[in-house]
Amino acid sequence: MSSRSTSVIPGFGLTLGYTLVYLSLLVLIPLGALFLKTTELSWAQFIAIVSAPRVLAALKLSFGTAFAAAVLNGVIGTLLAWVLVRYRFPGRKIIEAMIDLPFALPTAVAGIALTALYAPNGPIGQLATDLGFKIAYSPLGITLALTFVTLPFVVRTLQPVLADIPREVEEAAACLGARPLQVVRHVLLPALLPAWLTGFALAFARGVGEYGSVIFIAGNMPMKTEILPLLIMVKLDQYDYAGATAIGVLMLTVSFILLLAINLLQRRIAHG
Amino acid sequence: MSIEVRDVNKRFGQFQALQAIDLHIQSGELVALLGPSGCGKTSLLRIIAGLETPDSGSIVLHGEDVSSRDVRDRNVGFVFQHYALFRHMTVFDNVAFGLRMKPKKLRPSEAVIAAKVHELLNLVQLDWLADRYPEQLSGGQRQRIALARALAVEPEVLLLDEPFGALDAKVRKELRRWLARLHEDVHLTSVFVTHDQEEAMEVADRIVVMNKGVIEQIGTPAQVYANPASEFVYHFLGDANRLQLDEQRSVLFRPHEVRLSREPQADFLAGEVHGIRPLGALTRVTLRLAGHHEPIEAEVGHDHPGLVGLGRGERLYFQPVPSAQAQPSAG
Repeated sequence: MSSRSTSVIPGFGLTLGYTLVYLSLLVLIPLGALFLKTTELSWAQFIAIVSAPRVLAALKLSFGTAFAAAVLNGVIGTLLAWVLVRYRFPGRKIIEAMIDLPFALPTAVAGIALTALYAPNGPIGQLATDLGFKIAYSPLGITLALTFVTLPFVVRTLQPVLADIPREVEEAAACLGARPLQVVRHVLLPALLPAWLTGFALAFARGVGEYGSVIFIAGNMPMKTEILPLLIMVKLDQYDYAGATAIGVLMLTVSFILLLAINLLQRRIAHG
Repeated sequence: MSIEVRDVNKRFGQFQALQAIDLHIQSGELVALLGPSGCGKTSLLRIIAGLETPDSGSIVLHGEDVSSRDVRDRNVGFVFQHYALFRHMTVFDNVAFGLRMKPKKLRPSEAVIAAKVHELLNLVQLDWLADRYPEQLSGGQRQRIALARALAVEPEVLLLDEPFGALDAKVRKELRRWLARLHEDVHLTSVFVTHDQEEAMEVADRIVVMNKGVIEQIGTPAQVYANPASEFVYHFLGDANRLQLDEQRSVLFRPHEVRLSREPQADFLAGEVHGIRPLGALTRVTLRLAGHHEPIEAEVGHDHPGLVGLGRGERLYFQPVPSAQAQPSAG
């Protein structure tokens, strides 16, 4: 076929080419190199590394805490977005600006600050110790750090969507007899769900890869509070590059599968 | 179901939105709240629905004071200007919403709900769209779905806030005629808000003309048009010419309340033809008068003998024959 299809929007070839080059240089080639480096290992060696008990424990911890933090932010972030969009109160602009601070703050600073607060000798950690549990140096502390670092994702993805739902829609539901909880359950949440899943996925993915803030508060005890990124650093310190990339490949694969699943779920929801 | 509004006042900050509103609407009536934007008509409608609380006064539905009752328990159907359909639900689910939200004991079975929804969709002639989403519909279709949704819970009163305001002129006309016919069939006490006098005249049994938070006049379309209670009502219900006779006296008349002649006649005034606009059955002639700022607009039948061969700049004689004069208002 020689006929050229013409589109109203020009530059499809140019923009696609640019996208592919850009994506290749920044994402695909580095990731490809990661996989390539792993091939220095034999299949048996690879399996041995990624199925080591220490690695599996760290895998469980990393994904578990990232998931918990994403769920926690899914709730807190939704409430924050709701308050910021629906109500006008003094200091709203300040809170609005503060939401993004976790992104601006060096994660190590966040980690040190949280540790100082939640360590057994810190002001809040002391309280927890008196009540008989530990925050810092436990999975709980890691979840806390991840919740802090990933806070903006859910808030920022929900805000525009929430602002876009007219008040009238809630009033219409009320006129039809819906109670406040029914309005939330049947009108607001379904309308927010696709955006909420996006925010959740972003927070989750960021939490899995987070390093700086976690290593301070985690305590890094092997088998107990050691996250996967730290394990990679440990391998690198021992000049075990192939071993480090093997763990990297493991993380990437699991993350990719989970994010793909979230994406598919989102599509199903969006198409009714 | 009758509606009574008793001495309702509402203030938003410094702004007095409604002042001592008293209104009685008979069971089965179709009433228009007519007025310019900011006159308080929408606030009044929202207060009747229970979406807004008055500062003082009460709302009585069918002899029962519902002032302290929540919008959920007033059993009113409300139709919004911008439809307010649930975007993530199909047309079917939108209409079924009210029935599905009922408490378990009162909730009909899904089979009964489905039958009811299809019955309503047939009533608004859109049953074939049941599986579509609101964004796939035109504005007129969306508003009819919103109406079906409001009717699903069998409200005793139907309230419509500028229901045709977001539609284009042709659809608007079709839909308001359709609403008037529907009201004849269903006979539900209905109140609709509009700023369009033509819409109010064409659809309503009675018109409530509002201005600046007070009711200027209540009456049938014929009454308010023929016997306007104030100059405001007179001006709001149609185009008007004001002709200054001398320092004190002036006369108000509508464009069609005029006689035209090519020859000078007793009691006729002279004007210069400034424009001629054929409008279908009528033709509008704009006249400029010496010493007058405002031009006079006259509308006569397109076959009026005075129009034959008439051109711009020619001299034309006219006589105002006003049929209605605004009663000077008390103020």
